[in-house]
Amino acid sequence: MSTMPVTPPEEDDRPTPISHLPIPEGARPNLALWVENLSVSFDGFKALTDVTLTLEKGELRCLIGPNGAGKTTLMDCITGKTRPSSGAVYLESRLYDLTKLSEVRIAQLGIGRKFQRPTVFQGHTVYENCELALAGKKGVFRTLFARLSAAERTRIDEILELIGLQDHAKRQAGLLAHGQKQWLEIGMLLAQAPSVLLVDEPIAGMTHAETERTAELLLSLAGSHTVVVVEHDMEFVRSIARRVTVLHQGKVLAEGPMAQIQKDPRVVEVYLGA
Amino acid sequence: MERLREIHSPRAWMLLGGAALLIAVVIPLVAPEYMVPLLGKFLCFGIAALAMDLVWGYAGILSLGHGLFFALGGYGMGMYLMRVIAGEGVYRSNLPDFMVFLDWKQLPWYWHGFQSFPFAMVMSLVAPGLLALVFGWFMFRSRIRGVYLSIVTQALTYAATLFFFQNAAGFGGNNGLTDFKRILGASLHDPATRKILYLASAIALFGTYLLCRFVVTSRLGRVVTAVRDAELKSRFCGYESTNFKLFIWTLSAILCALAGALYVPQVGIINPSEMQPSNSIEMAIWVAVGGRGTLGGAVLGAWLVNGGKSWLTAALPSAWLYALGALFVAVTLFLPNGLVGLGSKLFRSKLVRSVGRLRQPSRPPT
Repeated sequence: MSTMPVTPPEEDDRPTPISHLPIPEGARPNLALWVENLSVSFDGFKALTDVTLTLEKGELRCLIGPNGAGKTTLMDCITGKTRPSSGAVYLESRLYDLTKLSEVRIAQLGIGRKFQRPTVFQGHTVYENCELALAGKKGVFRTLFARLSAAERTRIDEILELIGLQDHAKRQAGLLAHGQKQWLEIGMLLAQAPSVLLVDEPIAGMTHAETERTAELLLSLAGSHTVVVVEHDMEFVRSIARRVTVLHQGKVLAEGPMAQIQKDPRVVEVYLGA
Repeated sequence: MERLREIHSPRAWMLLGGAALLIAVVIPLVAPEYMVPLLGKFLCFGIAALAMDLVWGYAGILSLGHGLFFALGGYGMGMYLMRVIAGEGVYRSNLPDFMVFLDWKQLPWYWHGFQSFPFAMVMSLVAPGLLALVFGWFMFRSRIRGVYLSIVTQALTYAATLFFFQNAAGFGGNNGLTDFKRILGASLHDPATRKILYLASAIALFGTYLLCRFVVTSRLGRVVTAVRDAELKSRFCGYESTNFKLFIWTLSAILCALAGALYVPQVGIINPSEMQPSNSIEMAIWVAVGGRGTLGGAVLGAWLVNGGKSWLTAALPSAWLYALGALFVAVTLFLPNGLVGLGSKLFRSKLVRSVGRLRQPSRPPT
């Protein structure tokens, strides 16, 4: 599997950093994402309590936990869909606090997200879906006069080949099979060229062979991207995970290499043993 | 320029050229004189249908207040037509007749400048555009959508109707603006002027069509439809959905106002009944009948529904509203994609059948 070339988002597309806080003593300088004491409550229900999480650049992290552990809420906070009651999410050490930015700004900063349920633009063709996801200027008047450059066309072709949909380029995305939609969404994520990928249940509804391909793809993306995978399928997690974070009832229960996590009695009790 | 050429296939360009020839050259030559203003009116409705389709068909915003923008454009033109004949009214006053009647002594400030045609035209488009921009900004920023948006837009046009009904508003109240005489020095009763107005409407219709086609075939058009289908996803792709909706909404309002401005000199009156919610709903029906999300379908729907209206209100006046209601129900139930959807479905099934026949071996191998 070829690794995709990474084109960073263009410099002037980025909002001006909202905080220039100095990186504190002892903090590792190459953090990609830093979730600090994040708490979320919905009408008194505490979805997340004091969650702290650090992700290094190029890391592949699996996020596991039983239903209602707060995995999706955490994703929502990172992508700006949900505002936390307290705490912060910093991108690239302390340059940006994501909890203060809109979904759009966060996406433009290079955080891409794949939803739990495959979400593609149903009315558009596979090709157009990739075109819309493509990194670049996304203002109203720019898109009115935008044309695909040769480089962008090549990039879309590469992505279509990688996700195995090159023969379906002209098909309406709404007509794809479930697994194909999953792939298309992953392809759109790649087209966005994000530095951090949040992938929510990527293999739901995929066949065994497709699952293997997904594992391969995610592994190849790590290193050049920071990847966070939320998944229920333990076998899949075992096959890709280097480090695992276990959430339980809105708190971080354990964190470490997969082998160690599997032996942790608390984890076994709430999750793996079930 | 190249992008403009690409908005249609060569064949579609030919078809469009044929339609242009028919509408702008053949019809004015053969149509009886009394029909010209009626047909010109239809062209204006075509423009309004395109505007409606842009917001509803492509952006999924079902506005039930577009009649307001149409009427505001009409009022702008009406104010020019009133001012240009200052001193020639029944009362020989410098003020429009209805102001004399109300015993007003001077022109309200917002009527100044309307004696100039360019100023009045700019205002006819800019004022509704600004209203749409401000109203839309609040509406989209508060993430109002779906049926709530329809209700809010309907409330807006209803409020405007009540406002314009007042004599004190300074727009002629109940009666609106009428008794127009001349436009740019040409008598409105002269058949030649009527033909020119018809031609102007035809040009405006084709211009609007090309503009809309340019927009919907651009990446912006695809983004707008993406926002319609999955707004959150579009935001996660980095598109500020609010701005895209606001752009389409405002553009649509301006086009609707253009239709209204061309409509008024051809029908000779503008009054608050043009803003009544029922008019806006009718626009939605045109688009639903023709086919949402196809520009040609919207225009066709406007013409068919209005053709039916002209015929039925003459033949059986009391039946029109029932017919309109039944039409809307029937289209919703049986033709979700309108007549254009039905047409392409028939065409495709015919195509599939003929392809199937081709594939069959003509003679079984022996």
